[in-house]
Amino acid sequence: MQVPILKQGDYLIASIQAALTDADLVELRDELTERVGRFRSRGVIVDVTALDVMDSYAVRMLRAVAHMLKLRGAETVIVGIPPDVAFAMVQLGLTLEGVATALDLEEGLVYLDQKTKGGPRGIR
Amino acid sequence: MTEKPRDPKPGRSMPEDQPKPPPVRPVAEDTASRLRELVAHLRQNRTQLREEWARRITEAELLTAMSKEEIFAEATSVYDNYVEVLESGSVEALEAYARNLSERIIPRGVETHEVVGIVLLLRDVLARSLFGKYQADFALLNRVLDAYEPAANRIANTVAVGFVQERERMIRQFQEAIRELSTPVLQVRERLLILPIIGLIDPQRARQLTEQLLRGIRANRAKVVVMDITGVAAIDAAVANGLVQMADASRLMGATVIVTGLSSEIAQTLVTIGVDLSKMNTVGDLQGGIEEAERLLGYKVIPQAPGEARI
Repeated sequence: MQVPILKQGDYLIASIQAALTDADLVELRDELTERVGRFRSRGVIVDVTALDVMDSYAVRMLRAVAHMLKLRGAETVIVGIPPDVAFAMVQLGLTLEGVATALDLEEGLVYLDQKTKGGPRGIR
Repeated sequence: MTEKPRDPKPGRSMPEDQPKPPPVRPVAEDTASRLRELVAHLRQNRTQLREEWARRITEAELLTAMSKEEIFAEATSVYDNYVEVLESGSVEALEAYARNLSERIIPRGVETHEVVGIVLLLRDVLARSLFGKYQADFALLNRVLDAYEPAANRIANTVAVGFVQERERMIRQFQEAIRELSTPVLQVRERLLILPIIGLIDPQRARQLTEQLLRGIRANRAKVVVMDITGVAAIDAAVANGLVQMADASRLMGATVIVTGLSSEIAQTLVTIGVDLSKMNTVGDLQGGIEEAERLLGYKVIPQAPGEARI
């Protein structure tokens, strides 16, 4: 299933709706790295609220995407990891080191605002 | 004895010259009749044996938590149950009684050795009375004891096991209650949770704490969690690992964990066993932790000038 990517001001929002195959993840990576350049985005939010499992490949891929996007000039924040998924991830040793995380979309936006504009009021 | 069984096939009759088996009374029947005799003896001497038993209990300083009258009352019902089991051979009623008795006496601090002690004393008192009664006929005494001993052992076993099981059940119940009470996740300010941990942490509890914390983070939309472990006496590698996991999982949900109240012993242990807590955010005490959390959240506490203070 393809992941919809929305443009919101300076940010891109990728909202994952269902479990992704490895091919979907590769496609997501390609799309995001391409669009960040096209739209000159400063930040990317990946929303995983709807996921009820997160395997090691997906976690590695998200981490890699975050680093790639950093190289392309955008901050990435992963939002909406459910409590039991978070618990399962740390038990498997998948801690998404070096990648910003936030509770939900709203928090993710606040984080990006602070990171890219030096304060929550800098938007628009 | 019984009549000789008829041969099913007339053509293969048994040779008449074969010796007949000697007439033996079945062992079970003998035991049963001995037990009946025994029960009658115990009923007859009920008062005297009960008193003797209660006296021995007091002498041996068992059941010190109970008064003399209570001991006598319990002794009477145990005695009656005992005789009942000898008579009927069924321990069910005794099991129920043992559970009930344990339920009553465990909260008063009666120990396992006391319960086992009193049952063994009763066994001793009864055996002595049997010795006295049958001392003239050693063979008969032996047969009576053959009937008495297994039944008595079974009774002692039933009572002791009943007591221990009841005790374990109560301990489990208490543990459960403590576990539920001891892990509150409290909100002190908007987006700031505290998680005071008291007592022992085992892997199961660490897991439960993590789950509760993560749910709390989501429900309160927390950004910072102060985890206070002042009340934790000891920590090992597994528990330290559990704390690191807790912090990692919280971070995945966008919350920062600050650990406070690491005692000097725990700090020394952790460094000695080589647990890497460098990823953890640690502050000396709970107050410092809350101040640090407020700083992270952008709160500023400003004391009022003396003149403005209203009491």
